[in-house]
Amino acid sequence: MSIPAVVFNQVGKSYPQYHHITGGIKNFVFHLPSVLRAVRDSRYVALQDINFSVKQGECLGLIGRNGAGKSTSLGLIAGVLKPTVGQVTVSLRVSPLLELGAGFNPDLTGRENIFLNGVLLGMTRLEVARKVDEIIAFADLGDFIEQPIRVYSSGMVARLGFSVVSGLDPELLLIDEILAVGDMRFQEKCMAKMMGFKQQGVTMILVSHSMGDILKICDRVIWIENHLVKMVGEPRQVVESYLANV
Amino acid sequence: MKRSVKHLVDLIVVLTQKDLKVRYKSSFLGYFWSVANPLAYAFVFYIAFKIVMKIQMENYALFLIAGLFPWQWFSNSVNVNIFCFLNNASIIKKVNFPKSIIPFTLVLQDLIHFLAAVPVIVLFMAIYHKSPSWNWIYGIPILLVIQLILTYGLALFVSTINLFFRDLERLTALGVTLLFYFTPVFYSETMIPAKYHYFIQINPLSTLIISWRNLFLNGQINWMYIAASFVSGLVFLAGGYWVYSKLSWKFAEVL
Ligand SMILES: Nc1ncnc2c1ncn2[C@@H]1O[C@H](COP(=O)(O)OP(=O)(O)OP(=O)(O)O)[C@@H](O)[C@H]1O
Ligand SMILES: [Mg+2]
Repeated sequence: MSIPAVVFNQVGKSYPQYHHITGGIKNFVFHLPSVLRAVRDSRYVALQDINFSVKQGECLGLIGRNGAGKSTSLGLIAGVLKPTVGQVTVSLRVSPLLELGAGFNPDLTGRENIFLNGVLLGMTRLEVARKVDEIIAFADLGDFIEQPIRVYSSGMVARLGFSVVSGLDPELLLIDEILAVGDMRFQEKCMAKMMGFKQQGVTMILVSHSMGDILKICDRVIWIENHLVKMVGEPRQVVESYLANV
Repeated sequence: MKRSVKHLVDLIVVLTQKDLKVRYKSSFLGYFWSVANPLAYAFVFYIAFKIVMKIQMENYALFLIAGLFPWQWFSNSVNVNIFCFLNNASIIKKVNFPKSIIPFTLVLQDLIHFLAAVPVIVLFMAIYHKSPSWNWIYGIPILLVIQLILTYGLALFVSTINLFFRDLERLTALGVTLLFYFTPVFYSETMIPAKYHYFIQINPLSTLIISWRNLFLNGQINWMYIAASFVSGLVFLAGGYWVYSKLSWKFAEVL
């Protein structure tokens, strides 16, 4: 039996209300007592007592309403956030947190962003250079690949993001609603690629509001509601109860 | 080379390329500004202090340039790089990587711009019939390293704190300006009245700028000053890194 890819052990995440201090030093100094009280007492709880584990090679779906804590969970797995309580253990090479506009710089061209992102995601420049043609072909953005990505539409940015990841050789993929903005053809292409990854045994965690996608690809689904795990299980059952609830 | 080292080098390379592109649109413009800016200051100070106030000093233009170039590196690295984490929000929120590299690449770029501006200093020396000294061969690298660690430490500190207090930038700009007047850049340390001489010792920038100037103008190396700047450089580096390491895990939350 292999060790699980990801384990959440009684994980909780709360955010201090940073706007009290990011308002600036002046504000902070002049309203010191009330600001200190606010920062200490008013923490926003985004996740509470979350327990689950993901097996290697499994494809897990995360569903729930806006603000339920899905992106926060992915952030914890990617290691950009730290849990307030509990432990998150990830035993695979952590991959990018794929989200709209993930890790791109708007002033760089698509091609330059591929290099920047590829290296940020753990490849060396040489490795990116070997894959770059494949990535560009997958993104299929035409001449836009040489233009700064601030002129891209949000769907085009998502395509580029997914393409970079498709060129990687991922162990654990975190995907946050990236399929939603691509057009039909690209969504199908992504789906095919993800199916391919799945066959290769890549572990995937997918956040989506499209129940169709979730049903198509996931082996198991977790429904997060009010910052708690409301239901875990077989995709069809969980999706049905979720849809009945909304 | 080990893969992790190679990857770190590549990370520095891509981030540097990105900054050159984003900040200056081209590396030539970056160089141009790093030369034009201190020259413009030198010009203004020359008018104000030599022509208007008639300061008693030979080769005043050269004196100004030898101090303003390293100062420009310092002030630029602190005042501009304070936004480095904010500017890289989209990367920091998505990918877990050693974020302290971001200010490092920026300070390193400023170092390279400074180094590339040294020929301009040599040019001015030629005008005043002075020539470079052999001591530069080891003096320049030593001072480069000292200023690098000092500036990096401070940049790391201010850019970290600036994420939490977004108006720190105003305080920093004010602080750097005040420090400029307390540092012997446009006046010499010998003009400071004896009873205020301790000011030189407590201001790490003083010993550094004086060291640069003595090296450029006379090829002189004052080991006392160098040691003092080195120690304060280490203190800045350790302090900056300590604050960064305490707070870096919160970056993705506040951005
Ligand atoms: N940096 C932050 N500081 C404070 N609160 C935050 C922060 N990030 C997220 N939150 C809060 O945590 C909760 C969970 O956010 P999260 O982004 O995980 O939701 P989500 O499930 O991904 O929602 P969506 O479907 O809209 O993407 C939200 O209420 C949000 O306001
Ligand atoms: Mg989300």
